[in-house]
Amino acid sequence: MIPEGSLLAAHDLRKTYGATPALDGASFSVHPGEVVAVMGPSGSGKSTLLHCLAGIITPDSGTITYAGRELSAMSDAERSALRRSDFGFVFQFGQLVPELTCVENVALPLRLNGVKRKAAERTAREWMERLEVEDTAGKRPGEVSGGQGQRVAVARALAASPKVIFADEPTGALDSLNGERVMELLTEAARSSNVAVVLVTHEARVAAYSDRDVTVRDGRARDLEHAV
Amino acid sequence: MPEAPRRPTPQARGALETGTAGQGHLSDVYTCRVYTPCTVLPMSIGHTLLGLLESGPRHGYDLKRTFDEKFGQDRPLHYGQVYSTMSRLLKNGLVEVDGVESEGGPERKRYAITDAGITDVSRWLMQPEKPEPYLQSTLYTKVVLALLTDRSASDLLDSQRSEHLRMMRILTDRKRKGDLADQLICDHALFHLEADLRWLELTAARLGQLAKVVAP
Repeated sequence: MIPEGSLLAAHDLRKTYGATPALDGASFSVHPGEVVAVMGPSGSGKSTLLHCLAGIITPDSGTITYAGRELSAMSDAERSALRRSDFGFVFQFGQLVPELTCVENVALPLRLNGVKRKAAERTAREWMERLEVEDTAGKRPGEVSGGQGQRVAVARALAASPKVIFADEPTGALDSLNGERVMELLTEAARSSNVAVVLVTHEARVAAYSDRDVTVRDGRARDLEHAV
Repeated sequence: MPEAPRRPTPQARGALETGTAGQGHLSDVYTCRVYTPCTVLPMSIGHTLLGLLESGPRHGYDLKRTFDEKFGQDRPLHYGQVYSTMSRLLKNGLVEVDGVESEGGPERKRYAITDAGITDVSRWLMQPEKPEPYLQSTLYTKVVLALLTDRSASDLLDSQRSEHLRMMRILTDRKRKGDLADQLICDHALFHLEADLRWLELTAARLGQLAKVVAP
């Protein structure tokens, strides 16, 4: 049931909140270095799918396999460790730590993985340069623009060399021009580093930066290109 | 005299109207070559050539080269179009022959814009284009027919959505690799495709209601 060569695959996921089904037999897969857009109307279950894939919530049934390992067979601690080492996250509103400077924010995942401050900040600065926000290094998130903050968040997601980035409406709070630049930089950096991206968006122009799109409707994921 | 706007070829128009383009596959309808002239370049060649002459007299060949460089990425002008347009502009007093050179080869006319030509370009530039209302939509017809004939309108909308996104990916990639002119041209097409997609999504959400109206 796992598509050949896939890095992360889910099969027949079901998840119910009370009496409301959020996922109703959703399947999904992403290959290394592939950018897949998850689209669908509000309330269709796309964020629930992303949270299940990232091991943030546990589905009621179904399987999720990451690099040959079954996610549901892992303990909470193992899943947390996996998120720190292999996954990166970008959300709609950067969610940077306001007390830390931007470079400290980008270095944070590395620091949590035990990298020493100097080395972590050196790597962080390299990513910030790549994301064109090196000027914000010493500023706090409250002192930078929305577009810059989101690029800092992308740099943070990439800094610990993840295998998968989960991006939930990463341009939702940005104007068109800033949103496009964030998508350009995110997808370029991910592709060149062979990082897979699971991109939840309701904007077609954002989804157009992906290699493939999957539509979630009524809790079921439809992959039209692969559904033959 | 104002120029008639440039229209899609009869083949392209036919393809858009019938949803088939030569090979009979829907994807051919939205290739850059067909889609772009319909939405990005509904321009008047005559006015554009006149505008290019405002910076100084030019030969027909020079006009064609500049036009192709700035506006003809997907559809360069034919020499015949340039010369027939210049003849018309000449006849209407919007350009004049500024000189004739041969230099051992065939005669080449150099054209200059007249005062009447400058006035005509100004009027054209300042006159807003009529917004296209897109009321005769093939997609709407297909959705209604699918409902009337008990076929899956939802599948139809999904596959159209996928086709639109495929084209948006191609344009996004071209935009990423292109210069500013390419970016602006692709953005224009992308915004139109996005508008279509929003309609597809809204229609998908209203299929139940629509089914009650068209096939009670």
